[in-house]
Amino acid sequence: MSTSLTRQVKGLLGIKLGMTQVWDENNVLIPVTVVQADSNVITQLLSADKDGYTAVQIGFGQIDPRKVTKPLAGHFEKAGVTPRRHVVELRTSDAESYSLGQELSVEMFEAGQTVDVIGTTKGKGFAGVMKRHGFHGVGASHGAHKNHRKPGSIGGASTPSRVFRGMKMAGRMGAVRQTTLNLRVHAVDAEKSLLLIKGAVPGARGQVVLVRTAVKGA
Amino acid sequence: MHILDSVDAGSFRDNVPDFRAGDTVNVHVNIIEGKNTRVQIFKGFVVGRQGDGIRETFTVRKVSFGVGVERTFPVHSPVLDKIEVVSKGDVRRAKLYYMRELRGKAAKIKEKRDPKTVK
Repeated sequence: MSTSLTRQVKGLLGIKLGMTQVWDENNVLIPVTVVQADSNVITQLLSADKDGYTAVQIGFGQIDPRKVTKPLAGHFEKAGVTPRRHVVELRTSDAESYSLGQELSVEMFEAGQTVDVIGTTKGKGFAGVMKRHGFHGVGASHGAHKNHRKPGSIGGASTPSRVFRGMKMAGRMGAVRQTTLNLRVHAVDAEKSLLLIKGAVPGARGQVVLVRTAVKGA
Repeated sequence: MHILDSVDAGSFRDNVPDFRAGDTVNVHVNIIEGKNTRVQIFKGFVVGRQGDGIRETFTVRKVSFGVGVERTFPVHSPVLDKIEVVSKGDVRRAKLYYMRELRGKAAKIKEKRDPKTVK
């Protein structure tokens, strides 16, 4: 495992509240996703000597303390915080600058900054090839017989006499982890712990998403 | 009460008059030309209001040099200086799309002369 990570990554877990629109200073209408990122705390610090890499572990969300297993309860007690529902590890080179039990606020982000948002996309169920892979389907007319949304040929016959692995077919779509890169933070509301992020982020309303500083330049 | 009402609350304008489809309105639009800003008035009748809350828009139609012109504005857009209701119209529809097909005398909207609604 490499320990040469030099990137300083900041991140927060939050709940996607939904989308709305706001006007910017030039009176241009901006579509924004609102993410509520309160009650984030540092639950563990990972160091290169002990763990082989530097990272911080962030806890977020309320949970009934009775529902927490003893090992996890001990883990949170070590950090001196009340148990959290969601925990995520974030690799960053400046893990020492954080302290155990430290509360993180949305003020770590500022308006205009680019961020990545990681979440689980909405599940689409069993989807056909047109929806799932963007196939064009079959013609609507010219004698097409009940073929309209089918994939067509999936390969040769006697050569190679099999279907290649990874062939795009119908199947379960969505409900997978997705990272949306380089979204712009439109505004930060520290009072209500809200992040207004321009554009759409993965997942349904009420879903937990990870907002972190953009790791790829744009 | 919706979850995002508190986010939207800051964007609502408070000087939106009571108007509906069929009303003739003067829409005062702020236009920025370089450094100067001026107000342009778009006068026409309201075809309809669409949407709800901060996303609500309205469409105004006028006939300019024989050509029909329609503009859609967000009701709460800061671009609008003000919305002025010139007269109320007597119509039976919420959306006056049928007016697009009408010309001349047929394309007139009867004014509503009810003392309770006309100020």
